[in-house]
Amino acid sequence: MWEILDLELIASGLRLSTPLILAALGGMFSERAGVVNIALDGIMIFGAFTGAVVAYETANPWYGLLAAMALGGLVAHIHGIASIRYQADQVVSGTAINLLAIGVPAVLSNALYNSTTVTPNIQLMLPIIHIPIISSIPILGTLLGKYSILVFFAFAMVPLSWFVIQKTSFGLRLRAVGENPEAAETAGINVYLMRYYAVWISGLLAGLGGAFLSIAHGSSYVNNISAGRGFIALAALIFGRYTPKLTLVGCMIFGIADAFQIRVQGVIPIPVQFIQMFPYVLTMIVLAGLMGRAHVPAADGIPYAQAK
Amino acid sequence: MFAVRLKQITKRFAQTLANDAVDINIRQETIHAIIGENGAGKTTIMEILYGFYQADAGEIELFGEKKEIANPQDAIDNGIGMVHQHFMLIPPMTVTENIILGLEPISRSGILQLVQAEERIRTLSDEYGLEIDPQAKVEDLSVGLQQRVEILKALYRDAEILILDEPTAVLTPLEVKEFFQILRRLKSQGKTIVIITHKLEEVLEISDDVTVMRNGKKVGELPTKDASANILANMMVGREVLFSLSKNDVTPGNTTLKVENLSVTVNDKPRLKNVSFELKEGEILGIAGVEGNGQTELVEILTGLLKLDTGTVWYLGEDITNLSARKIREKRIAHIPADRKAHGFLSTYTNAENQILGFHYREPFCRPNGFLNFPNIRENAKNLLKKFDVRPPLPDLQTGTLSGGNQQKLIVAREFSRHPRLLIIAQPTRGIDIGAIEFIHQQILDLRTEKVAVLLISAELEEIRSLSDRTLVMFEGEIAGEVSAATFDMEKVGMMMTGHR
Repeated sequence: MWEILDLELIASGLRLSTPLILAALGGMFSERAGVVNIALDGIMIFGAFTGAVVAYETANPWYGLLAAMALGGLVAHIHGIASIRYQADQVVSGTAINLLAIGVPAVLSNALYNSTTVTPNIQLMLPIIHIPIISSIPILGTLLGKYSILVFFAFAMVPLSWFVIQKTSFGLRLRAVGENPEAAETAGINVYLMRYYAVWISGLLAGLGGAFLSIAHGSSYVNNISAGRGFIALAALIFGRYTPKLTLVGCMIFGIADAFQIRVQGVIPIPVQFIQMFPYVLTMIVLAGLMGRAHVPAADGIPYAQAK
Repeated sequence: MFAVRLKQITKRFAQTLANDAVDINIRQETIHAIIGENGAGKTTIMEILYGFYQADAGEIELFGEKKEIANPQDAIDNGIGMVHQHFMLIPPMTVTENIILGLEPISRSGILQLVQAEERIRTLSDEYGLEIDPQAKVEDLSVGLQQRVEILKALYRDAEILILDEPTAVLTPLEVKEFFQILRRLKSQGKTIVIITHKLEEVLEISDDVTVMRNGKKVGELPTKDASANILANMMVGREVLFSLSKNDVTPGNTTLKVENLSVTVNDKPRLKNVSFELKEGEILGIAGVEGNGQTELVEILTGLLKLDTGTVWYLGEDITNLSARKIREKRIAHIPADRKAHGFLSTYTNAENQILGFHYREPFCRPNGFLNFPNIRENAKNLLKKFDVRPPLPDLQTGTLSGGNQQKLIVAREFSRHPRLLIIAQPTRGIDIGAIEFIHQQILDLRTEKVAVLLISAELEEIRSLSDRTLVMFEGEIAGEVSAATFDMEKVGMMMTGHR
């Protein structure tokens, strides 16, 4: 069975990390600003569905991509209205969105295509980028040679997110409203607006992560396409202590574990259901080992009553 | 020239008149104290000046010009800075990040220019002798230094008028001294400073003028040189305040508490080292010292909250070392903790419920079948709230809604009501107003007259001096010295507290 542990496993792991990275970075913006976003999974599902439908209807994956982000942002905005403006319990609001994501795509898909489980295959997938010289080098070629453009985008977002959060005034204010909104407000910062920005970003990125599944990695929306990846992304975020670099590591561990379980199916004589559990069990073990050690943004999950 | 003139400021919150036509005149380049009991309206009027609230009526004049201050940003733009009682800081961020927040210097591409900001903060810090490292994380700084970060925050915003709300409440005596030096330096550099406080000695020491408030009204404004603690206290409370407590002659009786060679290590750090002392019936033994020198551990050991490594605790001739908190309470040892919110009561419980904590499991509050006896619980609360003057005296009110002084009176009522033979009381008057302080001090002295042994732990030297028969000074987990009431010398005790013998 050891022949499955090759470079192709890593490459496939990087591909599978991509939706996790996008969603986890989205979650990072939201949580660093003090809004718990367990709706990531639901937003991914909405993104995947919208992406597939729009890409199919327009025969253009780019439109699908934009539509997925837009809808992700919109769904996140609903979470924002509930948890920022109306100071609802953020976990309850997020759960509501996750529940909606189970039902709404199925209903719409049935109305549009007479199928509650799949949408038609899209005509064109997002482009695969071949890096000219590298793809011809033996080892590097396999590792870095050809990926969907979204894979490159996701990995590029990691340092970019770090830079925005640590080095810009936007990032400083975002962290401030997540740590001590009262202090931020005293310093003249509009706490609600900052939190909306953060939630929007999380929606855009999670929607994009969903679109990756339906128009880059796959070519249609199928029921429960996220398979809990939004929650794994949250786990990676906690594993990563709410910092981009470590979160990337977390996403890659889970991505490679996912790739591993796919490749190991049928290779070793264990029922496939148990093999499929592997990345999820790994999540639980990693989280149990890490719980309580990370610095959680002090105001994370706590609604704030702004003066005006 | 007046830096600030507040004219006929009136502010109403729902049913209470927080400020009633208040006039305050603050001279430029002075330190102006605003004093009053909790709820007198002193913080409210300063928050109106800072734009947190809008006055219902009245005018604000800054440096001779009439100003509208609609929000804190307006106040900042007009050169007003405010340091709140609860710091508005973000602990995991650096000093620089905290200071520039909301006013970040950025390059044209939107990148923070931290280096320039650090430079400016360092310059300001040096100018006023604040000794703050701009790169330090706020969570690594002591409370005293965090306060200076708050001051720097105001200076960074070019504040000319600095409002400080109860600035010394969180400081140790040594930090207070340094803090006053900083205030004097700020004044000498042309700043105008307003401090809100209820500590009279501090007003007399640091301020140039003082405004006294009571029940939302200004009751007086005078140069500090014309004031005395008595005058100010009488104005604040509205009646004669007895500064000299009536302390009867009590001859100490038999030994109630005797501890021998107490030592304890917490988190690998030795906190108590061979502490031994005796306490007799009808005696008040003061424990003085800067907080964090073993007093907390001593209290926790005596009340069953912390286990000893070595040593013995004798109570009325019985070895009670390492007994549980419940067993200790059953022996009529009462405990009034330093941090009442954390250890004294539950803020979401009612007064009646808080009044039985620790005695809730037995008669008359608990029936033999395990159910609580609510009629008795309410009756008990009614009597105690009245007897100990807790306001408002409502058994069903959540304790968290009471003022600090009334919360403390509630705890005192509970502990005293069980007729203790030994009282362990820590920081009994922290953060409470003069009326309540006077009341609690008198209660402690009355217990002494009844031959109860009292162990009084306090960071307020004045409190220890006025109550104790004997005083032990703690420093780094050891008894650094002992003085009797007759030989108590502030200067000497202060030296012992910082390790000089």
